[in-house]
Amino acid sequence: MGMPEEKKVKVPEGLFIRCGVCHEVLFRKEFERNYRVCPACGYHFRIDARRRVELLLDGGKMKEMDASLKSKDPLEFVGKKSYLESIKEASLKTGLNEAVITGKGKIDGIEVFFGCFDFQFIGGSMGSVVGEKVTRLFEKAAKEKKPVVMVVASGGARMQEGVISLFQMAKTVASVSSFEAVRKPFIVVFTHPTMGGVTASFSSLADIILAEPGALIGFTGPRVIEQTIKHRLPKGFQTAEFLEERGMIDRVVKRLDLKDELVKILRLLGEE
Amino acid sequence: MRGPIFEFEKEILRKERELKRVVSAFGKSSEEVRKLSAEVEKLKEKIYRNLSPWQRVQIARHPARPKTLDYLRNIFSEFVELKGDRLFRDDPAIVGGLARIESFKVVVIGHQKGRDARESAYRNFGMPHPEGYRKAIRLMKLADKFLLPLITFIDTPGAYPGVGAEERGQAWAIAESIKCLFEISVPVISVNIGEGGSGGALALGVANRLFLLENSYYSVITPEGCASIIWGDSKKAAQAAATLKLTSKDLLSLDLIDGVIKEPLGGAHKNPESVYYEVRKAILENLQKLVKVKPEALKKERREKFRRIGEFSS
Repeated sequence: MGMPEEKKVKVPEGLFIRCGVCHEVLFRKEFERNYRVCPACGYHFRIDARRRVELLLDGGKMKEMDASLKSKDPLEFVGKKSYLESIKEASLKTGLNEAVITGKGKIDGIEVFFGCFDFQFIGGSMGSVVGEKVTRLFEKAAKEKKPVVMVVASGGARMQEGVISLFQMAKTVASVSSFEAVRKPFIVVFTHPTMGGVTASFSSLADIILAEPGALIGFTGPRVIEQTIKHRLPKGFQTAEFLEERGMIDRVVKRLDLKDELVKILRLLGEE
Repeated sequence: MRGPIFEFEKEILRKERELKRVVSAFGKSSEEVRKLSAEVEKLKEKIYRNLSPWQRVQIARHPARPKTLDYLRNIFSEFVELKGDRLFRDDPAIVGGLARIESFKVVVIGHQKGRDARESAYRNFGMPHPEGYRKAIRLMKLADKFLLPLITFIDTPGAYPGVGAEERGQAWAIAESIKCLFEISVPVISVNIGEGGSGGALALGVANRLFLLENSYYSVITPEGCASIIWGDSKKAAQAAATLKLTSKDLLSLDLIDGVIKEPLGGAHKNPESVYYEVRKAILENLQKLVKVKPEALKKERREKFRRIGEFSS
């Protein structure tokens, strides 16, 4: 794991905020209306899963599925705090039951099965519930022969469920493999940051992979790589732009262009 | 080759040395020797039957522990190594090829570590780059095409965390390898012979039957990595190893693996022959059953095995 530091939005006072990257003073309202993309420098700050739904799905809503699934503590994991406590805290912080929300919605009238990770929920990590919700999303989409669109942000497999989390990688991969038989699009949007077990499973198997500008995407987080190779990484390493150049993703797309781009691709792949 | 002696074994070593001295002083058949031998055996039982998870991790990493090529030499009658991913280069951290075990013609793929410093560097400590997984995928497809059962040996600290690995799509290679194992229609048997380091291990581990050697471990993260995340201190790895439930016994009771293969007291490196015997037996028994299963059913079985995994309330 070992995630890169998130750039912070500084908050001098109520009405205004200061961009942590270009230091420009911005109207908070304008910044939020812009889906937290800095209007001055274009830096994409993190947004939560609910705002993603608002950004991408018609009417800003979807029919959520499997919202009541909740993690157990199969390992009786003993960290600084108990696993169930961490879950509870994450729920309070995000208003979500788990690190991914899934459901059915429309993108410019095209019915899709949609999933979105929330990095604020234990680093968007994948345990049993995330694995199960992703798997069910593909199963339902296969049954109804509809496309799948997923927005991903994750630190990887969830440590607190041990090998059960690890095997969610396999479980979700199997569901993508079955979904391929119905010949419907599977599109992934990588957002900052996506690492480990989520990159190395269902998400990188998408037909089309888009990524937001500046998003860090990879298998191993930069901190661990630096510790291993014992020198600093080159600037821009593992960013969406870097991966586009290396041929690992299809396109870097700005947040505010995402919906139009998704619609275009879905239509060109035959969705009406 | 003996390799390191662990802290928890030192008491045994001391007693064994004492025994040697007594033997040379009083002769083999003396009362003193009989008494002391019994004490040594008792001590071994006491220590080796009560290994902590962290001690097992150390045994799983012992440099003299038998590795994939040792199994290939000792339990297969023929082996033709096949190299390369046809894209970039051959990755020595994964070996594979055509092999024969009794009457079965099979494909074998496994992580490969080195025994000494030079070989370890050459094998990159068993940590594959994407080209290693892409070679593995090529061999999986070969097995599928020629209807040869696939045997995989898992033994890696993890996929390599390096610059080239990221540039060439480590995550993509692992995901494709996992997918390929779901899609081939031949029997797949996996034996974790040492370290099961996260996604880098799983990439060779989607099998109809998955076995762990008694002291092997399988984990979502290294105990050191886990300790450094929780306590900011990688030295608390022993504590992390216990909480991660990574031992063969833990994984069996969590119903995540199909069986545990016995090791001699103190670990596979103490008596490799006995481990070759046990692994060979497990592979053959399961091959005999699995070759009778229809291709579609084999695929379905793998999918259903993983489909069931997960603990949640609705």
